[in-house]
Amino acid sequence: MTNKENFLKGFFKENAVFTLLLGMCPALGVTSSAINGLGMGLATTFVLIMSNLVISLVSSQIPDKVKIPSFIVIIASFVTMVDLVMAGYVPALHEQLGVFIPLIVVNCVVLGRAEAFASKNKLVPSIIDGLSMGLGFAMALTMLGAVREFFGSGKMFGITIFSENYGMLIFVLAPGAFIALGYLIAFINKLRKA
Amino acid sequence: MEFIVIIISAIFVNNVVLMQFLGICPFLGVSKKVSTAVGMTGAVTFVMVLATIVTYLIQNYILNPYNIGFMQTITFILVIASLVQLVEIILKKVSPALYQALGVFLPLITTNCAILGVAIMTIQKDYDLLEAVVFSGASAIGFGLALVLFAGLREHLDMIELPKGIKGTPAALIVAGLLAMAFMGFSGIV
Repeated sequence: MTNKENFLKGFFKENAVFTLLLGMCPALGVTSSAINGLGMGLATTFVLIMSNLVISLVSSQIPDKVKIPSFIVIIASFVTMVDLVMAGYVPALHEQLGVFIPLIVVNCVVLGRAEAFASKNKLVPSIIDGLSMGLGFAMALTMLGAVREFFGSGKMFGITIFSENYGMLIFVLAPGAFIALGYLIAFINKLRKA
Repeated sequence: MEFIVIIISAIFVNNVVLMQFLGICPFLGVSKKVSTAVGMTGAVTFVMVLATIVTYLIQNYILNPYNIGFMQTITFILVIASLVQLVEIILKKVSPALYQALGVFLPLITTNCAILGVAIMTIQKDYDLLEAVVFSGASAIGFGLALVLFAGLREHLDMIELPKGIKGTPAALIVAGLLAMAFMGFSGIV
């Protein structure tokens, strides 16, 4: 696989949310607006790149029996960093994302890439893999957030497009998350077949 | 009275799966049959209550006194991971029948975000130990209720002719949305 193919796979072919159906909890939980989706996506991207980087360097030294626990500790350290940095610099976003920031630890995408890719590949491909999967994840969350925000409150990235009175409130509430993601995946399945 | 409010709120009003989006992976993954959904619920309830008790004690007797609250994420996930292993080993020895029923679900539970999520929320809500136990137990029941209901719906969904693109996960997600809508009817009762 060339570096370019490696980079592009995360957006469509192996997109975490739309294709692999991983990381669904944050995908549904924080996407009531596009900005929240983007923030969560970028936080996850950072964790993915850093954990892939470290794991590709040290995995040959880790005995098989303690592999998964060690990976979890490495991931958890970066998640703690992101948590503290976000609490310090973007407190409003940190408040909005709430419990989902510490929950990046149990995001299947991060552990999945560590186990399936970074532990078996060299440094540079692992970093590209983290970047690709992370940005693909961020893209999916931003798309879902934008759709929900547009239909739910008539806004896009916080800019009013039509009056809130005509919005379908259900899209910003919990059921709307499931329904919007369901239709988005159906749409992407359709694109894939065509 | 206070406990009733916690229980009703955790099961119906703030259902972990349908309202807070925790534990979506098992919710979509093991909900194809009612029997597996029941097994998963059993395993989750067991681990969730146990994990909440242990993490509660660690937070209040180790992390808080030494002022190392920032270690919360790392400590909690390690506790949950080792707890799952421990439960698996003990269950294998003590009750092979129960292990047969729950065994396959246990490894999956480490990355079930509902467990870590409920443990962290218990700390955020400032519950005492008894309230924490009630809250985690009720959350697990809420998880189970959503899972079993959804599995029942999905068993019927498989028999319906649907357009190709929407078959499978998209249809399941839309049905989950409708189920969440039904649960929204409970909002405001406590």
